Amino acid sequence: MQVPILKQGQYLIASIQAALSDQDLVQLRDALAEKVGRLRARGVIVDVTVLDVMDSFASRTLRDLAHMTRLRGAETVIVGIQPEVAFSMVQLGLTLEGVDTALDLEEGLTFLDKKTKRSTSRG
Amino acid sequence: MGDEKAKRKEERGGTVSPARLVPPAGDESTGPLLRELVSHLRKNRTQLREEWARRITEAKLLTAMTREEIFAEATSVYDNYVEVLETGAVEALQAYARNLSERIIPRGVETDEVVGIVLLLRDVLARSLFAKYQTDFQLLNRILDAYEPAANRIANTVAVGFVQERERIIRQQQEAIRELSTPVLQVRERLLILPIIGVIDPHRARQLTEQLLRGIRTNRAKVVVIDITGVAAMDATVANHLVQTVEASRLLGAIVIVTGLSPEIAQTLVTIGVDLGKMNTVGDLQGGIEEAERLLGYKVALISEPIQPIT
Repeated sequence: MQVPILKQGQYLIASIQAALSDQDLVQLRDALAEKVGRLRARGVIVDVTVLDVMDSFASRTLRDLAHMTRLRGAETVIVGIQPEVAFSMVQLGLTLEGVDTALDLEEGLTFLDKKTKRSTSRG
Repeated sequence: MGDEKAKRKEERGGTVSPARLVPPAGDESTGPLLRELVSHLRKNRTQLREEWARRITEAKLLTAMTREEIFAEATSVYDNYVEVLETGAVEALQAYARNLSERIIPRGVETDEVVGIVLLLRDVLARSLFAKYQTDFQLLNRILDAYEPAANRIANTVAVGFVQERERIIRQQQEAIRELSTPVLQVRERLLILPIIGVIDPHRARQLTEQLLRGIRTNRAKVVVIDITGVAAMDATVANHLVQTVEASRLLGAIVIVTGLSPEIAQTLVTIGVDLGKMNTVGDLQGGIEEAERLLGYKVALISEPIQPIT
């Protein structure tokens, strides 16, 4: 199951549609890391609203994804983590250290707008 | 005959398995007897019903109800009772017992009263059977064989129905108390406060977290102020849970500010080694709300002199 990656202005939006296998996740990570450079994106949003479970592999892959895109010049924000998922992740110690999160797609876009504007004005 | 006697004794003692307690209506041996019984009870309905109501008043049961109410309930219980004797189907009686309990529990009727009146009815009817068949001991024995298991089952059903209804009400109230004890309140657009008062046990902590996370989602909150001024102490488990709640909220994109930590709780947090970089704490609720407003970009300013209350 491939995850569609949409380009919206400066941002890439990967909206997960169904539960993903480990391989799908790795594929998503690599595809995003590659597209960030090719499409000159400034931000990446990964929407995980449909996931009702997040294991250690998934959260590690998402963390890697965030760090990889940052090194390639784009900020990543994970949006749509469900309340129950959030709490079980924390209990398992998977706190997505150093990764930005937001409530939903809209919040994620606002967050990226702020963050990229800040870095543009600074640079 | 000897066998039969033993069986009856067993049934009276209530030690038989439930399956054997009630012969289904129309059972070869007891069917005709039950039918005879039922027609006898129908024929003497008025008199037996009055006798029963009189005995209820005498025994000072159902004191919360008026005479007329007792008589009205007695009538419908009597009719239901006879019907169950006839058909052996307790479903209708179960429903009636639930319905009755719903009406009388709020008026303060106790379990012993309900059990008492049903046993009284059983007694009244049995006495009328004794009176009717006293000349024929054999027949009386067989009638009682048919009557008693059915009557026992009815008493059982009513009592269980009553107790279940009570338990249901208790559960409902517990649920209500639990809901009330942890309100998640919105004070500004995207700002929630969660005042916690009283002792937090692991169960309540868990529920609190669930409510908060759900509240963040439904109110689209960006900042949450958890005020624990009203919590005197918490153990390491609950403190840990609080930290986890803060982290989980972050995953939903909300910032948590904890206010009103007592010295004891502060000590607990330090002892369990919480990473204070992740915890946002402010002294009191006012400070917490001010900090939250700052994070949300609000600026609260005094626009004029405070309005004097009209005296």
